[in-house]
Amino acid sequence: MSIVLRVERLVRHFPLRGPAAWAARWRGAPPPAVRAVDGVSFAIAEGETLGLVGESGCGKSTVARCVLRLLDPTSGRIEFEGEDLAALRGDALRRRRERLQMVFQDPTASLNPRLSVRDMVEEPLRLHTRLAPRERQARVAEVLEEVGLGRELMDRYPHELSGGQRQRANIARAIATRPRLVVLDEPTSALDVSLRSRVILLLERLRERHALSYLFISHDLATVKYLAQRVAVMYLGSVVEEAPTTELFARPLHPYTRALIAAVPVPDPEARRERLVLSGEIPSPIAPRRGCPLRGRCPLEREACAAEPPLREVAPGHRVACHLV
Amino acid sequence: MEAAADIAEAAPPARGARFWRRLRRNRLSFAALWVLAAIALAALLAPWVAPFDPNLPDPEAPLAPPGWRHLLGTDLYGRDQLSRIIHAGRVNLLIAGGATLGALVLGAVLGAVAGYRGGWLDQVVMRATDSIMAFPAFVLAMGITAAIGNSLLNVAIAIGVTQVPSYVRLVRGEMLRVREMEYAEAARTVGNPDRRIVLVHLLPNCIPPLIVQATLAMGYAILTLAALSYLGLGIRPPQSEWGQMTAEGASEIVTGAWWLFLFPGLAIVVTVLAFNLLGDALRDLLDPRMRGL
Amino acid sequence: MTAPLLEIEDLAVRFDTEDGPVEAVDGLGLRLAPGEILGLVGESGSGKSVTAYAVLGLVRPPGRVLRGSIRFEGRDLLALPEAELRRVRGAGIGMVWQSPRTALNPVLTVGHQIARLLRHHRGLPPRAARERAVEMLRLVGIPEPERRARQYAHQLSGGMCQRVMIAMALATQPRLLLADEPTTGLDVLVAARIMELLKDLGRRTGAAILLITHDLGTVAESCDRVAVMHAGQLVETAPVRTLFRDPVHPYTRALVAAIPRVDREVALEPIPGAVPSLLHAPPGCRYAARCALATGRCRQERPALLPIAPDHQVACFAAEPVA
Repeated sequence: MSIVLRVERLVRHFPLRGPAAWAARWRGAPPPAVRAVDGVSFAIAEGETLGLVGESGCGKSTVARCVLRLLDPTSGRIEFEGEDLAALRGDALRRRRERLQMVFQDPTASLNPRLSVRDMVEEPLRLHTRLAPRERQARVAEVLEEVGLGRELMDRYPHELSGGQRQRANIARAIATRPRLVVLDEPTSALDVSLRSRVILLLERLRERHALSYLFISHDLATVKYLAQRVAVMYLGSVVEEAPTTELFARPLHPYTRALIAAVPVPDPEARRERLVLSGEIPSPIAPRRGCPLRGRCPLEREACAAEPPLREVAPGHRVACHLV
Repeated sequence: MEAAADIAEAAPPARGARFWRRLRRNRLSFAALWVLAAIALAALLAPWVAPFDPNLPDPEAPLAPPGWRHLLGTDLYGRDQLSRIIHAGRVNLLIAGGATLGALVLGAVLGAVAGYRGGWLDQVVMRATDSIMAFPAFVLAMGITAAIGNSLLNVAIAIGVTQVPSYVRLVRGEMLRVREMEYAEAARTVGNPDRRIVLVHLLPNCIPPLIVQATLAMGYAILTLAALSYLGLGIRPPQSEWGQMTAEGASEIVTGAWWLFLFPGLAIVVTVLAFNLLGDALRDLLDPRMRGL
Repeated sequence: MTAPLLEIEDLAVRFDTEDGPVEAVDGLGLRLAPGEILGLVGESGSGKSVTAYAVLGLVRPPGRVLRGSIRFEGRDLLALPEAELRRVRGAGIGMVWQSPRTALNPVLTVGHQIARLLRHHRGLPPRAARERAVEMLRLVGIPEPERRARQYAHQLSGGMCQRVMIAMALATQPRLLLADEPTTGLDVLVAARIMELLKDLGRRTGAAILLITHDLGTVAESCDRVAVMHAGQLVETAPVRTLFRDPVHPYTRALVAAIPRVDREVALEPIPGAVPSLLHAPPGCRYAARCALATGRCRQERPALLPIAPDHQVACFAAEPVA
């Protein structure tokens, strides 16, 4: 299978301003920064869904925005179809967007309130293809049909649509140019129970039909389990574990992954499950870190954890950054 | 089947109908809308609506008080005051409207560019705006007409210049807000060039508060124009305008011809009040965030 | 059976919207025993939150309570004068809202906010109230409570804010806690700890909890009993194990089948259609249009909530009621 996206040692720091920064400069210390993404690597094959999970503030959305170059990475490579996106800018970058799209979390906020569904879905076609107006309209109709939006909704504006219809419109816009990779940033978390499952099924059907690749960002492990073939778990700006989905949920190795899976409530009052409880809260991503990022919260901590654990392969396709595995 | 399932999801009713219904519910502002429509129509159709030629003296009735023949009385030369007010309204609305429209367009463009681009461009635009705002608006308008003369166009320019800063600030603030909306990000993701992001995706979403601002500014522009003319810095005879008519009327008041002062003044008050009422109502309807301000 | 702490009978709440009247809650009946945790579940638009507002007497125009009674410790809250109601609200019933950050006052320190409640409702002197506030923060598991008490809402994380809200809700030692989606929007680890905390505090203080949520997982792990709402009506209520083992109402079954889960492989089956518009609510069963089992009778006649087993009630013609 060919690799569509390969991210290598991606770093994105947000430098701090103000007194803290002046003080550091005066002391000759490295300038303080929020280390949102701190050396993340992964690859996505054609037709594959990679789930990127973690709690808010772990850097998963920053990764998504760097991949789309909505944010400029501090360093690292973002290889998309064999070309480093991190090195592109201007029009060259803009043209790449035909093949690389995104669906945002908030189906309402991500639609321009003054564009009708038709105009919105047509826009990427107008920008990236040389289709004649009639062909464009035909494509718009086809794409809307595919996402399950009826023809009669074509000329409606976002406020005239329900939440589920809005998210379908967003998905239609993202797949209109037939991209190869779609970044999905929590596409279901703003939706109600019954809509959520419909959007999940829709995404799955589209991926199969068009051999799409997804980078699926979510904090909802149950949905990730359903949609992703592989999962990468992020904590404090780095990937702590990555494995095929079935393997990860059957045999989570990193203490953070275990805690995360154990904390998901299960709709079965008679289930008996392992509980691994972390203490405290996520530390500030500003403080320079020494050793394992989970130090101080992990119940299994040993002396070895003072050194930073490398991400190493412990089984085929299963990588973990923990000294205890 | 998918499509059919989703249509069942309830969609909210159309916005236009609801907007109209709400506007009608607020009786005072709805009345204001009718008053403004009547004034605008009268100004537009002045030659047909006015009962007399505004410049034709009636030698039999100089300084006639309001009566059946001359509803609002006549002036020193016997000219029908109602006809004069109707014709003068054209000048008032034309200058105020032109000044407001010009200021709106210029202010929106400057504000949009400053807000979207930021950086030094923003600094230059905003500091220029600040310097204009450092003058009292009326004094500035007086200064400009004194400097460049008081033709119709120049008076409109003078009034417009004093208004530009408010639009620049408004649009820049709105741009800073909508720039951070997810749909702005989505527009970039789709591959829009910057110019199109601003013109198609961001600027149209700044319009509601602009409409409110422009409506309120219309009232203010009419007031400024009237005040300029009252002081002799605006429209001069033979062109007539409400403020200047009020000034003339004021000098006649010793003769007991109160109607020459009262009715042009009333025209100003009613028009300005109507614009303000309508502006406030629009603010409530278009921009719920600003409600109660 | 012990006397119920909260007993809601035939509650109806109507909102007069521009497009016409909407019966957001229609004929709801619920009982909550002391110390019990009752989960109230359903999609958005099912009337869960409106029910909580009604219990607190916070339904404001354009909404109004049309009929019914809400008895709390034997007194009908709907008949109480406003001042009396406020006392009950402060001292007898605590509330945990969905968005903790906006529910907290941004210009007062969190310690001050809790202390103020204690002074108003329990008449503690300022000094004692302050100390008790710090104690409450410690009780809800906030580290360094003395320092945190002096901070403002914006200085705390989302999970912390929710803990503060819980501390505030419990400060007056209420007998009933209303929790409206207390973990929505929180990360899983934080959510799990908040739910543990709520359960633990309920056990320790003996407070009953009405947990409003759309998350069946949370219900399964925390509640004793579950009530399922659809389009303003109660469709099924049962002890938690019964409800998950033998759900009877088609809507309950559809809800369970519509969510992906981490504990087993399932085929997702979305609930067909959407919650019907309550503007022109159908005369019969409000689930009929979405139900695969619906018959002509379902569309004409509204099924009553009837017991099919002890403590298990269902509003469906397809269910077999006990004689």
